[in-house]
Amino acid sequence: MSPILDQGPSPSPSQAPVIELEGLEVRYGRLRALKDVSYSLTGRAIGLLGPNGAGKTTLLHALLGFLRPAAGTARVLGLDVTTQAQEVRALLGYMPERDAFIAGMSGVRFVRLMAELSGLPAEPALERAHEALFYVGLGEARYRPIESYSLGMKQLAKLAQSIVHGPRLLLLDEPTAGLDPPARERMLRLIREIRDSGEVRILISSHLLRDVEECCEEVLVLKDGRIAAYSNLAEERRTNRRFLEVETRGAGDAFAVSLRAQGCELAVAGPRRLKMVLPEGFGVTELYRVAREGSVQLRRVSFRRDSLEDIFLKAMDLPEGAGPAGSPGPSAAGGEEAGRGGL
Amino acid sequence: MAVYEQTYHRYDGPRTSRRLRFLVIPRYAYQRLSGSKLLWALLVAAALVTLGTAVLIYLKHNVRALAALNLEVGSLLPINAEFFGVYLGIQLGIGFLLVLVAGPALVSMDLANAALPLYLARPLARWEYVLGKLTVLAALLSIVTWGFGLGLWLLQSILEGGSWAASNLRIAGALFAGSWIWILVLSFLTLALSALIRWPLAVRGVLLIVFLVLPGFGLALAQVIQSSWGHALNLGADLAVVQAALFGTEPPAGPPLAGAALLLAAVLAGSIGLLAAKLRAYEVVK
Repeated sequence: MSPILDQGPSPSPSQAPVIELEGLEVRYGRLRALKDVSYSLTGRAIGLLGPNGAGKTTLLHALLGFLRPAAGTARVLGLDVTTQAQEVRALLGYMPERDAFIAGMSGVRFVRLMAELSGLPAEPALERAHEALFYVGLGEARYRPIESYSLGMKQLAKLAQSIVHGPRLLLLDEPTAGLDPPARERMLRLIREIRDSGEVRILISSHLLRDVEECCEEVLVLKDGRIAAYSNLAEERRTNRRFLEVETRGAGDAFAVSLRAQGCELAVAGPRRLKMVLPEGFGVTELYRVAREGSVQLRRVSFRRDSLEDIFLKAMDLPEGAGPAGSPGPSAAGGEEAGRGGL
Repeated sequence: MAVYEQTYHRYDGPRTSRRLRFLVIPRYAYQRLSGSKLLWALLVAAALVTLGTAVLIYLKHNVRALAALNLEVGSLLPINAEFFGVYLGIQLGIGFLLVLVAGPALVSMDLANAALPLYLARPLARWEYVLGKLTVLAALLSIVTWGFGLGLWLLQSILEGGSWAASNLRIAGALFAGSWIWILVLSFLTLALSALIRWPLAVRGVLLIVFLVLPGFGLALAQVIQSSWGHALNLGADLAVVQAALFGTEPPAGPPLAGAALLLAAVLAGSIGLLAAKLRAYEVVK
């Protein structure tokens, strides 16, 4: 787990929603790509997970106003994506999944053009194009023709064009697609930095669980055009930090008594295995101290929690049309419960 | 965000006018095109033709110069609607070559590199994107057609006097309207082909077929069916018929005026329809 992510402040429940979906349905002809999707999201970094064809990119396109909803509404930062599409786009930065660039231009010219199309005057656009390219690590390559960039560099150039105009919401579609491990790490670090700057909210669409887990605070899992699961990762991280599974060697019973005396809730899971919930103010350091005082060896200490992989796999097992799994669990149709749990 | 700070910051500075933002597209396109020697050569050729025409107009009104060149006034072409019609025809031909150089890559390169979502994810509507691309061609063609043409008409008006200008306002109108019909048909057709084919070299080839090969077929067809409708395949002939009507001159071989106008309108509408179908911010994988 990223230390940067752990240090970040959690979204306050009073925060205005970044994205509000109400009965959203998007069709490609007869095909219903999104079906009655309702949710309200407030996190600084929101992950959209799902297998190929689940509707992740369709949802991004609907938010961008590329696709007109067949039913329902979608609002971005309080603006309706259908009736206020231009105003919404003025607040967005978009990094598409596919290789996308304008041929015959240097990196800095490309990013500058994108800034000017977003409304920046020529001079600030040039200034910010240089800054954005330095920021993503393409400072040295900014005068090279963009066609000559490697795949990783093109991804970074796409990120630079998506942030150059200072958007309030960044939509990243598979930002690490096709990147080698060092480039992927670099991309994820940049995303975390942008998130932690507090200046911009981020919506990441990905089918890579680790990417989402490392960068996001909230996760929506899509399956067959519906919300299959929701998870507030930030909340879960805080909660799950209190659950421990311990394997001991030595005077186990006395150790359990000592721990209960400290306020821990215990369950014996085997002859030398304990499951416990740590009370407030009692951390792993205190656990080791109690063990040392009781001459107990701790052979294994592990946090027990549902990993994002567990949540994802559970969601994939749900029959079509079933409500979202995970925590908390409002129905796919949303309703009042959609506001729970830091949403 | 600053180079030395290496951190991310929002932009809160001034923004440009929403209405004129599409002009960013032609500005960047011209910066790229300014490196084309062929484009400059064609612009110089159009300017030289205009200069030569201006000299003819000047000579017509300067007895001393005519005497110095041992020419008589009657030996020069009369400055009338036909004169301007021929001039415009030459300029439209140069304009076609300009479009061959500047037009085919305009949309095709964006589509080939999936750049359209980058444009359309910004506060820029699809029609503004098309308007921006259209402006690249329309401005170039405007300079060499009605821009230069109206300059010559003004020169003739100054030299001949106000009464000539008053009685020949129709020529000015024909220069302007005839040029714009060609500009719109040719520009939209080029953009549509560019969106459809996505390979600039092939787009040039198709444009040459449409404007050079199809007229040949049209001529053969006209002779086979013994009807001027055969020339309808020749877009240049269709335009010439409409322009002759605008200038009030004898129409060349071609379909009837209404038929020629309808065909040009159909090509224009078809091109716009094709653009609407092809220019999308996303592609659906079936």
